[in-house]
Amino acid sequence: MLKLEPRAQPSKLMSLASPVLALVLTAIIAAMLFAALGKDPVKGLTMFFVEPWSNQRQISELLLKATPLIVIALGLAVCYRSNVWNIGAEGQYLLGILGGGGVALWLTTQGIVLPKVVAVPLVLLGGVLGGMAWASITALLRDKFNASEILVSLMLVYVAQQLVNYMVFGPWKDPAGFGFPQTKNFDASTWLPSLLGGTRLHIGFIVALGLVALIWVFMFRIYRGFQLQVGGLAPAAARYAGFSASTSLWTALMISGGLAGLAGGMEAIGTIRQITPHVSAGLGFTAIIVCFVGRLHPVGIVFAGMLLSMMIIGGELGQSRLGLPNALTGVFQGLLLVLLLACDTLIHYRIRLRSALSPAH
Amino acid sequence: MDQIALLIAATLASGTPLAIAGLGLLINEKAGVLNLGAEGMMLVAAIAGFAAAFTTGSHTVAFVAGAAAGAALAACFGGLVIWLNTNQYATGLAVSLFGYGFSAFVGVGYVGQKLADRTPFEVPGLSQIPFVGPALFKQHPMVYIAIVMIAATVWFLYRSRAGLVLRAVGESPESAHALGYKVRWIRLLAVVAGGALCGVAGAFLSVVYAPLWVEGLVAGRGWIALALTTFATWRPVRVLLGAYLFGGVTMAQFALQGAGVNFSSQLLAMLPYVATIVVLAIISRNPTWIRINMPASLGKPFHPGS
Repeated sequence: MLKLEPRAQPSKLMSLASPVLALVLTAIIAAMLFAALGKDPVKGLTMFFVEPWSNQRQISELLLKATPLIVIALGLAVCYRSNVWNIGAEGQYLLGILGGGGVALWLTTQGIVLPKVVAVPLVLLGGVLGGMAWASITALLRDKFNASEILVSLMLVYVAQQLVNYMVFGPWKDPAGFGFPQTKNFDASTWLPSLLGGTRLHIGFIVALGLVALIWVFMFRIYRGFQLQVGGLAPAAARYAGFSASTSLWTALMISGGLAGLAGGMEAIGTIRQITPHVSAGLGFTAIIVCFVGRLHPVGIVFAGMLLSMMIIGGELGQSRLGLPNALTGVFQGLLLVLLLACDTLIHYRIRLRSALSPAH
Repeated sequence: MDQIALLIAATLASGTPLAIAGLGLLINEKAGVLNLGAEGMMLVAAIAGFAAAFTTGSHTVAFVAGAAAGAALAACFGGLVIWLNTNQYATGLAVSLFGYGFSAFVGVGYVGQKLADRTPFEVPGLSQIPFVGPALFKQHPMVYIAIVMIAATVWFLYRSRAGLVLRAVGESPESAHALGYKVRWIRLLAVVAGGALCGVAGAFLSVVYAPLWVEGLVAGRGWIALALTTFATWRPVRVLLGAYLFGGVTMAQFALQGAGVNFSSQLLAMLPYVATIVVLAIISRNPTWIRINMPASLGKPFHPGS
């Protein structure tokens, strides 16, 4: 009989080994699933784990897709460390697309051509404010009305999606778009500068890495960051120390809303350059997985962001080359998180064989 | 008048899955477990139910398949949070994300498929009464079963010994453990029962309410059902009333559109979600009231012997 025995101290090693173990288990289940679908498991796994790294074009796509995941997950890490359960980053990201895209669209329709150094920051500011505004609804209702931030932030995702639909079917619809629900293409002066000629990779990736450093400093070197984490780990201690729970709540939600909004703004002028009803592919939810796989740590999030981005690209390759259903990516992502949480048990417990002679509980 | 009767009928139909899922989650939460995986369980159950109805043509088989799918996923969730002490929020969220992906994956072949037509169910005699008949007595049997289930749960929770034990486990697992009750097994049972009910609700959506399968068919109803337990301050009858209220709000958008109200359909589609947020905020506003009614150990793990 196996028995879980609490460790005296959480294991640092297991904290890092657990995501690797979860990934290996996911790969094993994936291989079985490929076999069940009548595909060659080796080919399938190569598609998901090797192909995305095979050439410069694929790697640039991988980094491109990792960018919003990393940026959103950084904000979520601040939230989860403060025990603020913002699971509606998807909605904040969509509002970032509306905020940033709205500025870009306004500049475009007004025929205002600003230099890139002015236009791009202006658009991104619009994105950040959009995301923050959306997160502030959750913060306000939690703070003043005691409403669960989990449910409010999640409900707001559905509202945000309808808001995007409303804008592209209504006020922002391109009159010359043959009736398609989409906005005009943004003017080239608002586009995010490219990072690598000949690829779609834009400077957003550098911005993301800069933010990793900033969030690291905030979490581990700034007093406010420390206060937030005390509030998350030991609310009673935080109250006793006089740290305001309300300030922590607002700080955490403004940071994560702002970052999700920034990610949306960058996506709006970095890749799609117009707004359509399908601007998001659930990146805000994938970012939650990135955040946990990255151990709520800025540096871990970079690796996790690339891993989940790899799975998205692998899924697309699997669809186009092996005829696998695209939904497979979602299965693997969900599976990875479930397995990760299970493996995380090893951080706090060790598994022991219970001998028949030991006293039973 | 006919319009109003149809609106009432539609409200009952759209409130029923919320009521059944809300009831399942209420049983979970009465035992102290918060399952954020409701949306995922309902999605997997919806496709399981749809596939079963598509193959066999039987609604009964579809509901059984849905319940089994919901219960299976709930058992995984229960195993993780009850025995491995994983974080309940994160694990529930993981189940929801997995359920979304898995149902989309399994359901690929069922998109656009139609179920065989069935003669609509009518309560003999009563359905012939003008106005009341079409409003209340021409529903799928599950609509009435849901009401019976609510009544049965009231009896179970407040009048039976097993219900008392379940509530004790949710209020004070330490005391229940000290009295010799197997807290973890009781919690698992509650979680599995809750999952089965969420599964029935999911199958109702894909087999009776929609009736079709598309990716993400449940469209947030799992989360609304979660909010319902709070609105209802963990009372079964209020879950039913809340569910009908939300069913009514969902239907109101179609009624408004039908009445020729010149308002964007996208903005009207926000209505159920906005209503959920507003009601949640109003109900939660008094922290003391919530604290009195909420099962005291809700969301808190229990480790016997430590």
